Amino acid sequence: MKHDHEKDGNALDCKEVVKKIFEYLDGELDEHTHADIEHHMDHCRSCFSRAEFEAELKNKVKNNAEEKAPDELKNRIDKLIGNF
Amino acid sequence: MTAGQSDHDFFKTEIATHMDSLYGCAMRLTRNPDDAQDLVAETVTKAWAAITNLQDRAKFRGWIFCILNNTFISLYRKQKNSPEMEQYLEESEDDEPFSLFEKLHQPFLLWWGNPEQEYMNKLLADDIKSAIDGLSDDFRDVVVMVDVQGLSYEEASRCANVPVGTIRSRLKRARTQLQKSLWKQASDAGIETALPITGESK
Repeated sequence: MKHDHEKDGNALDCKEVVKKIFEYLDGELDEHTHADIEHHMDHCRSCFSRAEFEAELKNKVKNNAEEKAPDELKNRIDKLIGNF
Repeated sequence: MTAGQSDHDFFKTEIATHMDSLYGCAMRLTRNPDDAQDLVAETVTKAWAAITNLQDRAKFRGWIFCILNNTFISLYRKQKNSPEMEQYLEESEDDEPFSLFEKLHQPFLLWWGNPEQEYMNKLLADDIKSAIDGLSDDFRDVVVMVDVQGLSYEEASRCANVPVGTIRSRLKRARTQLQKSLWKQASDAGIETALPITGESK
């Protein structure tokens, strides 16, 4: 989708934003492209919602992939480090 | 250079701080509690042996996870990928695009409610673990490194000993597979009819 603010010719359209959305969320874009995406999302509800959703999913993957280490392992590692 | 008492104290504190993360990543990589415990123990041993190589203590997290990944590959994945597998892993163009968001997103109903949030509220930790565990090995590695461990593409590239572009393309495909798997789980669980808005639109 094209928006009014994209008339300057340098702005990204929705397709380009969606293509770069994971690199944006991963903090892997250069400063200029990162700023262009933020600028686009200031005006585009659809891309903003998409970014919000992907960010929440990424966060859930991070938080829920972790597990509480069993005491057995903690004791094993304590002993191991004690012997270093 | 030999490690001293301050190295030992620092190491012990850092390992305790990251223990749950290390074990969680080891579980995602090995998919087996016994192997995961052995992997963490081997990682700790290797890390201590190399502690004097760690120049910047602020980078401990990335450093130890890199050792965990390398240890996993050397202990559990001794066989190199076949040329066919490498080709499959690098061919990102053939992947059918898929977006969980687009499956859930209904623009004309956005002002009425939020099906994405409804979905998030119903998403269980077990759904995510199972989706990660179901990924092929190289895709699982990259998701664990970037999404779980929080490594940059550059750090993941050094850990996996592959170019940054390879990390980028594997990650793209891995996330597509992960979202497909989450959607399949949700569909199997009947989430489409459980979501009030999508249910009403039928």
